[in-house]
Formats: sequence, C-alpha cells, structure tokens
Amino acid sequence: MLTCINDALFPDTGKAVVRLLRRLGVDVDFPTAQTCCAQPMINTGYLDEAVPVVRQWVSAFEGYDAIVVPSGSCAGAVRHQHGLVARRAGDPALERAVAETGPRAYELTEFLVDVLGVEDVGAYFPHRVTYHPTCHSLRMLGVGDRPARLLSHVRGIRLVALPAAEECCGFGGTFAVKNAETSVSMGSDKVRHARDTGAEVLVASDNSCLMHLGGLLSREQAGMRVMHLAEVLASTEAS
Amino acid sequence: MGATFVGMPPFPQAAHTALADTQLRANLAHATSTIRDKRAHVVGEVDDWEALCSKAARIKDETLAHLDEHLVRLEESLTARGAFVHWARDAEEACAIVAQVTRAHGADEVVKVKSMATQEIGLNEALEAAGITAHETDLAELIVQLGQDTPSHILVPAIHRNRAEIRDIFRRAMPGVDPDLTDSPAALAEAARRYLRQKFLTADVAISGANFAVAETGTLVLVESEGNGRMCVTLPRMLITVMGLEKLVPRWRDLEVFLQLLPRSSTGERMNPYTSMWTGATEGQEFHLILLDNGRTATLADPRGRDVLRCIRCSACLNVCPVYTRTGGHAYGSVYPGPIGAVLSPQLTGVAANASLPFASSLCGACYEVCPVAIDIPTMLVHLRSEAVDSARRRRLSAERSLMAAAAWAMADSERWTRALRAGRLGRLAARRRALPPPLSAWVAARDLPEPPRETFRDWWTREGQR
Repeated sequence: MLTCINDALFPDTGKAVVRLLRRLGVDVDFPTAQTCCAQPMINTGYLDEAVPVVRQWVSAFEGYDAIVVPSGSCAGAVRHQHGLVARRAGDPALERAVAETGPRAYELTEFLVDVLGVEDVGAYFPHRVTYHPTCHSLRMLGVGDRPARLLSHVRGIRLVALPAAEECCGFGGTFAVKNAETSVSMGSDKVRHARDTGAEVLVASDNSCLMHLGGLLSREQAGMRVMHLAEVLASTEAS
Repeated sequence: MGATFVGMPPFPQAAHTALADTQLRANLAHATSTIRDKRAHVVGEVDDWEALCSKAARIKDETLAHLDEHLVRLEESLTARGAFVHWARDAEEACAIVAQVTRAHGADEVVKVKSMATQEIGLNEALEAAGITAHETDLAELIVQLGQDTPSHILVPAIHRNRAEIRDIFRRAMPGVDPDLTDSPAALAEAARRYLRQKFLTADVAISGANFAVAETGTLVLVESEGNGRMCVTLPRMLITVMGLEKLVPRWRDLEVFLQLLPRSSTGERMNPYTSMWTGATEGQEFHLILLDNGRTATLADPRGRDVLRCIRCSACLNVCPVYTRTGGHAYGSVYPGPIGAVLSPQLTGVAANASLPFASSLCGACYEVCPVAIDIPTMLVHLRSEAVDSARRRRLSAERSLMAAAAWAMADSERWTRALRAGRLGRLAARRRALPPPLSAWVAARDLPEPPRETFRDWWTREGQR
C-alpha cells in the first residue's frame, strides 16, 4: 500500500520502496485498485464518508501476505481506525474483513526489521542526516528504534540526533489548515531544531509530515531538504 | 477560511492572539518544560509505574461501573458522621445550594480552596450575584482573582504569568500591600501570606473541592502544596465541599495507588506537602458535601466517552501538549483547557458550546502516552469530531463536507481515483499561483506546496514498474 499522498505527490518514495523490497528479495505488487486508507475522513470526523473508502481498501488488499505501508500514520489508521468505521457502517461482513486484513499491514520499518529480519539493507547515503520520528509511528504503532537501527547500518551516513525529536511537527492532517497558525508554530520549532543539527537532510517515515516541514524549509530557503526514509534506504553506491 | 469549516472559530482565532504574545509564549514554554522534566524524573524513579497506572484505571472503571451503589454508600457513611450531603444535577443547582447554606449560616464572605469543580460551575460569580464575596486562597488562584483574569491551567492556574507580572498585580489589587514589593518569590509569597492570614482568621465559611472521597469510610481527601487548603478546611466553622461524583473511590486502601500517582503526575513531586483528610463533621464544625453531576452521568452512559471520568485532574497532558504549550489555556475558552479539556468540556457542557475544541489537536498522542489513568484522548477527539460533523450535517451542506464527499466518491473506485489523480496534475499550474482557494490558502500562507510530479506512481507502475 503506497498511500494516496505518495501516489499523487511523492512517486519517488513509492519507487524507492519497490526498489528496496525487490533488492531484499520480496515479491512486490502494487494493486492498482488501492486509493486511500480513509484517514483524512476519519480524523476530520467524516465517518460516513470513510465507509466506502475503507470498503475499497479492503477489497484492494485482501489476499496478500503482508501489506507494506511507507507511512506510520496510514498504517495506524488501517490497524487502529478501520474497525470503528466498519462498526459505524453497521456491516458485520466489513468488520470481519477489516479484522482479517488490517493486522497484515506493516509500517515499512516494522516490515523490514520484524518480518524480513534485516537491519542492514545494504544502503549507501553519504550525507549528514537527522531523523524525525513521526507521532503515529512512535505512539500509535510503537515502532521504537527500528528506524534508527536501519539508519545506523547505512554506509557513509552521518546521523545527528534531533533535539526534542519526539515532539509533533504540527502537520496533523486537516489540523494543518484548520489550525494553520498553531500548526506552523509547531513546525517552525521542529525546523529550528533540525537546522540546529547542521544536517543537510531531514528524514522521516511519513511524507505528509515531510510535506509540511519541507514546505516550511523551502519557504525559508533553508538549504536543507526533506527525504523519506525509504529513499535513504533504497540508495546504493550504484544509484 | 470561513465558518463553513466545522470547528473553525473560536480556537483558531484565540490561538492567533496567543501565538503572537511573546511574553505568554515564554512563560508557558518555561513553566511547562520545568514541570514536564520534574515529572519525567520522579516517574522514572518508580519501578512499577505502569502497573500503578493500570491499577488506577481499573479501580476507576470498577467504581464507575457501580457508581450508584458507591455514592449511596458514601452518603450513608457521611450522614452517620454528622455531615449533610446534597445532590446537584447541574451547575445552577450546586451554586444555589452553596449560596443557600452560606446565607443560612449568616455569612457574606467565604474563603476558597483551589477547586476545579467550583470553577466548572462558576461558583464565584454565582456567589457574587447572591451578595457573597469569595476569596481565593490558593496563591495562583489569588493571582488570577486579583488580576480579574481567568485560570489557564488545571493545576497552575496562573501559569501564563511570570513573577514581574504577579508583582504588578499585587501592587495594583492587593489591599494593604507594600508599595515597594519586589518580584522575588519569597517577597511575593510573604505578601500573599499576610493578606490571606487575615481572611483565614475572619472567614466563617470555607468552600473546597476534593481530590477523592472514600465511600466505605466517608472520608474526603484534599491534596495540595501550600497549606492554604489545610487552613480553609480546619479554621472556619463551616466547610462546604463541592465534588464531581466521579471522584469517589470505594475503599480506603485505593488511596495508596492514587496518592502515589497524583503528585508525581501533576506537580512532579514524590509526595505533595499537604494531604488533608476529614471524615464527616469535626466537632464544632458543620460540614456539607455537594455531589455534582453536571453532565457526568450522561458521560457515563456514553461508552465512547466514559473513560474521561477516570481523570484525576493531574494536568500532565497539558504540559506535554504541543498545542497547549504554545497557545496556553485561555485559547480553549473553557474551564478545562488542553487535551483533557478538549474531551471533557464538550462532554460536560455540550459539543455545540465547544465545537472547535476537538479540532484543536494534531492527534499526536503525547497526552495519551503521559496519562496516568490511560485515557485515550486522541480516539475520543476523533469521536467528538464525528459528533460535531454529524450535528452539522443536519444544518447545511458545508464546503468541507462537499470536499470530503467528493474525495470519498473518487476514492471509492480506482478508475475514478486514477482519473482524479491525472486531473490533479493540472495542479502543477495551480501550485505556481499564490492566491489559492481554501483550504490551500491556509497552507501556503507560511508553507510552500510540493511541486506535483510529472507522473503519478500508479502511471509509472502501469508503464514500467511491474517489469
């Protein structure tokens, strides 16, 4: 599962996931029936609108061994929120389908470390990097230090700790526009901490958070770019 | 963006003012990070912290499941000990009982212990209307009262003030204060002590809240730092306690859990300096307990919202909230601010009156992580958002709902979605424009939009990704 935002706006992340997983010997498919996990509707309170989207999700993904998601937030929605949408629909069949398919969704770092059992993915990335652990991967899924372990094996990387790393970046889905000023004040603190590290690249496992932080950095002409973890892990000396 | 977006004003408007107040930002950042660090330190010392937390949540859940029986038990224990127990359905009833009992005692002045329940019911204002003057005796509540201000934090109501501002308030509004008062903490505390001592010695009636009530013994428990609460509950001849009916624990030994959890979680202390306990009326004193419902039984009836009744008002969630720590409590426009306020206020006083609060969160989950009684605030916020959206459904078609419905329509079918994504690439042109419609206008005010790619992932996959 690529997530709608990656499909539409960040295809390079999707290509990186495909490249990385194939390099590790995984048989990768992208079921084109997939659209969105319905999180934008759910977290804005539009549960009725979320129902057909969750139905579409289930029909696109049933039957796969593992559903790999390069977003903690979308994986969190699938595992922790689809059930409440199904209950809202009052459809026991959908509830069963959600309970069957949802648990097979893994955030990318969970899949690499827990399912494939690898921490060294053979990546090469000769840059100064700081990592932002996104809220939903951290607190909803509990991915813990999996991203850090994966990054620690990347050759050529100079990894710098991000101060106040566990504080939210301020994206928060529609929060970013409904409470734009509060969102920006959170983001500007995150960006300040990131810039203080002297890193060239701010890495995270969720492009929605990075779209917000990247938008701030770009407006500031900060000379720091954002990049999804999958793209770092997919990089090799050949690429 | 207009009012067409559910939950927009007033939080975002209030936040606009708060975010621009650099003094407020500095005061909040300093105070919340200090308490947060102290809390993390003392919680880290307790080996079985997680076990304590789950035990506390379990005790609360079991109590709430049989609340009716425990409340009757409490009433029996108390009346057997010479106390008067009153039941108040809402704020108005509770205030009327306090005023009536105070009047019957012939008093027109009362001293008050810091209490969220009395803030919740607007007691000071109600007493004033009844010709009774209430004097707050908690230092921070006193600062708020003298400054003609409102509390902005559950535990530290004057958190938005620094000591220079407090000195100015005291100089301006505290009768008999030294005109050369400095802003040293000791001098400020001494000024408050002198002023309050007079009140303690002359007041005939004290009003308090309670942190806990033990049903089996009829014991009320008050946890505080300053000792001013102790003065209030012991000196005046009459004591009136207003307590939310969820504050009850069944057994004396349950306090073992909560008296460890509360100080560490709230002030970041191993133990709070003063714990006052009283069982019924003390000799020579009259004691009234008012059990306050004010929306609590309705909350108890809601399976998706009832966990909020576990709350022990420690306010740890405020101090870790990235929204609260930047906007402060006033922006919430409710007695209970911060994450817990955003779930509690709509449940106590209605979704309509607090429509913007469930949306005043990035759903980052820091509140849930820190909560000592494991209240899943993010999930409750989503639930309250859906209630706000559902009640708006009945009114009119909003721009937001049209947007969501259109997105859901496209996302419910992969052919439609593929066409929508291709059309979206026209956004390449739109992204170069600065004057964009809402909600993009709110985005680009401070952030650039990403440059849309030449090709969506699915088009790449269909073309060559499958190999």
